[in-house]
Amino acid sequence: MSTRTHVKTALASAALLVGLAGCAPASTPPAASAPAEATGRLSGTVTVFAAASLKASFTDLAAQFEAKNPGAKVMLSFAGSSDLAAQIAQGAPADVFASADTKNMAKLADARLLDGAAANFATNVLEIAVPPSNPASILSFADLAKPGVKVVLCASQVPCGAAADAVEQAAGVTLAPVSEESSVTDVLGKVTSGEADAGLVYVTDVKGAGEKVKGIAFPESSGAANTYPIAAVGSSRNKELARAFIALVTGADGQKILGEAGFGKP
Amino acid sequence: MTTRKTATYTGIPGWIYAVAAAGALLVVLPLAAMVARVNWANFIPLITSESSLTALGLSLRTSAASTVLCIVLGVPLALVLARGSFPGQRVLRSLVLLPLVLPPVVGGIALLYTFGRQGLLGRTLEVAGLQIAFSTTAVVLAQTFVALPFLVVSLEGALRIAGSRYESVAATLGAGPSTVLRRITLPLVLPGLASGAVLSFARSLGEFGATLTFAGSLQGVTRTLPLEIYLQRETDADAAVALSLVLVAVAIAVVALAYRGPRAGRPVRAESTTPASATGGAVQ
Repeated sequence: MSTRTHVKTALASAALLVGLAGCAPASTPPAASAPAEATGRLSGTVTVFAAASLKASFTDLAAQFEAKNPGAKVMLSFAGSSDLAAQIAQGAPADVFASADTKNMAKLADARLLDGAAANFATNVLEIAVPPSNPASILSFADLAKPGVKVVLCASQVPCGAAADAVEQAAGVTLAPVSEESSVTDVLGKVTSGEADAGLVYVTDVKGAGEKVKGIAFPESSGAANTYPIAAVGSSRNKELARAFIALVTGADGQKILGEAGFGKP
Repeated sequence: MTTRKTATYTGIPGWIYAVAAAGALLVVLPLAAMVARVNWANFIPLITSESSLTALGLSLRTSAASTVLCIVLGVPLALVLARGSFPGQRVLRSLVLLPLVLPPVVGGIALLYTFGRQGLLGRTLEVAGLQIAFSTTAVVLAQTFVALPFLVVSLEGALRIAGSRYESVAATLGAGPSTVLRRITLPLVLPGLASGAVLSFARSLGEFGATLTFAGSLQGVTRTLPLEIYLQRETDADAAVALSLVLVAVAIAVVALAYRGPRAGRPVRAESTTPASATGGAVQ
């Protein structure tokens, strides 16, 4: 049953693609037909659901995509990966999904909500973030376990917390956090406001925060690298545009922008 | 007088009922949809898990504490606003009611810059050995901040409706202001105070944004039931829905209690106005 419907949707999307390629002006949505002739033959709107940590790099990439394809418009929605996955599962109109972990992408793949396989496009590791004055004199991961140090982590339920757990195990250090936040941005907020002495965030968050925090890299972090996958959503009505955006992210230009933001190669 | 008005005119155009039904549906339908999603087979294990019970216990304790704080601080505020007369009274009223309309996260940020380590009072408090950030005290402060207006509004309304005739009579008979407050004013507005306290408790129980921003989230210390729901939602939707239902049940109980308050108080008020006006007339 399910394989048959799968084949059917595949055939339908193939037919749609052929149609699009064969007589592009006729089959493109009327709203986007006006400026489509300029340079790029791609037009329409592509809605990208991306993990919150991708905000800066994907905003840049979207601008680049729109510059290259004057007829195309990129709508970005940033939130926690599990929120986004839940929204897509409930029928949110996303064309592309970029997750901060493979687990949430797998949820959608298992539910057969993706168009094709997901591609890994970046990795991210944890780093210690401390206020610029480093009030608790943190120099290593082990320093976080010193008595009196106010450490803030992500809760184990969210990807950054799972990574923190893995690092704790790898380092053989048990931390006693004063707070376990639901998102990495909340952890960063507690550090930038000076409430916490240190927090475990992604290296990209430290880069993004600029002068407001100081990052301390630690060797144990390599044991818990997060892999970021990206995929087109099966219900997308503009799969060609979705694939083009994914190609930009996984291609040389995308990798350059992601690398500058601190992401590692997949 | 109001009773006579409602008795003579009750006509409501039929279309009003249709729109009212749509309004009621907007509230009831999502709740019903949530109830439909409850995993009843696992409901009891889900809501009695260790983390759920810890969160519920913490929520009840902190909400009780902030309700007490609301009463201690809110009763004088309501008295000053209803009976006092001083420059800036209107401005003070608007400011006190501000948390009602403020997004809670804004309240959390404001509290952070007041009681946080780098905040206005934070450094002084730290010198005094008090650390509020990431403590249960922070949760209570956040809850009190958002819940205080509910008590002040309810009580101020009750004070205005009750009028001050009994008080003036007592004063002419030689009672000092504190005696009047204790023996006349507070007993008269007790139903209003009770419903205000119940509403404050409910608002404290539901507090989320200010707590998350200001207090953090740690099991048994700052992770109240709404924060637990928010976290569970990440991995275990069933647990989040089950705990949400617990909060809905508590909220329904609280609202029922709060609405019983004024009704129970109505006879008291009716009694109070008639003889009071009689005595008031006699005194004058």
